[in-house]
Amino acid sequence: MTAGIVIVGAGQAGAQLAISLREMGHVGIIALIGDEQYAPYHRPPLSKDYMAGRLPEAELHIRTPEYYRERDIRLITGVCVSSISPESGTLVLSSGEKLAYERLVLATGARNRRLEFDGREPPNVHYLRTRDDAHGLRGALEDARDVLIVGAGFIGMEFASVAADRGANVTVVEMADRIMSRAVSKEISAYTAAQHTAAGVEVLCSTSVDEFRRDTSGRVTGVRIGNEVRTVDLVLIGIGVIPNIELAEDAGLTVGNGIVVDAGLTTSDPAISAIGDCASHPRPEISGLVRVESVQNAADQARFLARRICGDTSDYADVPWFWSHQASDKLQIAGLSQPTDGSVVIGDPVSNRFSVCRIRDGRLVTVESINSAGDHLASRKLLASGVQVTEAQLRAPSFSLRTAHDYHPSGGGRTGPAYEPPLERKN
Amino acid sequence: MSRIVFVNPEGTAQEVDATDGSSAMRAALTGGVKGIDADCGGEASCATCHVYVEEQWLQRVGGPGLDEDDMLDFAACERRSNSRLSCQIRMDEDLDGLVLNLPESQ
Repeated sequence: MTAGIVIVGAGQAGAQLAISLREMGHVGIIALIGDEQYAPYHRPPLSKDYMAGRLPEAELHIRTPEYYRERDIRLITGVCVSSISPESGTLVLSSGEKLAYERLVLATGARNRRLEFDGREPPNVHYLRTRDDAHGLRGALEDARDVLIVGAGFIGMEFASVAADRGANVTVVEMADRIMSRAVSKEISAYTAAQHTAAGVEVLCSTSVDEFRRDTSGRVTGVRIGNEVRTVDLVLIGIGVIPNIELAEDAGLTVGNGIVVDAGLTTSDPAISAIGDCASHPRPEISGLVRVESVQNAADQARFLARRICGDTSDYADVPWFWSHQASDKLQIAGLSQPTDGSVVIGDPVSNRFSVCRIRDGRLVTVESINSAGDHLASRKLLASGVQVTEAQLRAPSFSLRTAHDYHPSGGGRTGPAYEPPLERKN
Repeated sequence: MSRIVFVNPEGTAQEVDATDGSSAMRAALTGGVKGIDADCGGEASCATCHVYVEEQWLQRVGGPGLDEDDMLDFAACERRSNSRLSCQIRMDEDLDGLVLNLPESQ
């Protein structure tokens, strides 16, 4: 049994790590273990183009299965890891196989938070995370007339768009007072909710389902919301995720809201790293640890760790970014916001092209853009450059996100930087 | 089925098969071309599948769409008049033999 790099989890993070290691010339043994039966695939289209029938199943692959074979990456699918033994540097698979590792990488991701139902889970209540989930939901949507979505996060709202496009009656129920409240400003929430309403989606905020009514077969046939009963034939639950930390916890690693890692993405055991949705990591611009659920975070942390394994010693600092397609709009976010951040709107929401700049301590921290891909990419570059933009600069009539990296830090206009901003990202 | 030749910045060419109706980005990933990241899976959201279309193919490939045009201005490598996002290039038999040059980084 020769030890090498063992990656637990074959999602975006795990797959990208294996790919990047080989691209960077790593020649050692790499094993990539996933509990689903598929080779690694792209999750973002599952709730968008794939759900809408615009993307064939074959195009979901991150790489073809042959890619891994040809590069001597041992891809093990349909298998879970039962336990890890850090003392002996080994892990045991559900197939009974025992693997030794020199370095172990946990890319275990997250799983959907589920609603508790009495007795049997209703057959028409769906969740959306995996390819199988998406396949089942897409099939169910074909015959659905009355769709209820619980939770107005990205997944819920993206599915609402697809379902409404297909002509279903769509109701979204959200406990918070606005949609996507964890992820975006109230301005973006308001704009997007209005777009959904215009597309025929009924969005009910500050509301919860009081009762699921079921027939004798266990199917949900209706819901009671307050005194009102609505007919339902398809339910999607999108109420967030739980990081998969149990393996790490059982192995004695430090865990919290995720598997705790340092700025090099190393866990409390120096031979074990964690990346992607499951990794609770420090960031230069915030205090404490953060767990980021996104493709960018998964892919960038994987590329970062591959560089580190190949000898780089920098800290992880890539700017987070996110995107979503809802109604006929493209939402893109650069940076991490907090609900308490202030907002400055650039552009006119009536034009359907604008950005909301989020402010913390008088400085720009996040940019949320609607149908403004250029502003979004410019914002990513701006945030990565380390150039500080003040609220006063943002509020100047001449301000443009696309030229902001040239601004004088004291607000003196576009006269060129007073100091040399780093050309590359901080890491 | 058509073919695409990807040329890396060092000048090394790699020929891959493309499915008609599918994107040049998808062909690159399927063929294992190094230098196309395509993090967003083809949703024109990440600008990590930037290519430079070889001049002689430019007319047949056509120019970028509105969003794509906007994004190319801020891609990791310099934008040129022949810049495209390969996820937005739909392959068909007219593009058989297409030559796409890869930038230094994505």
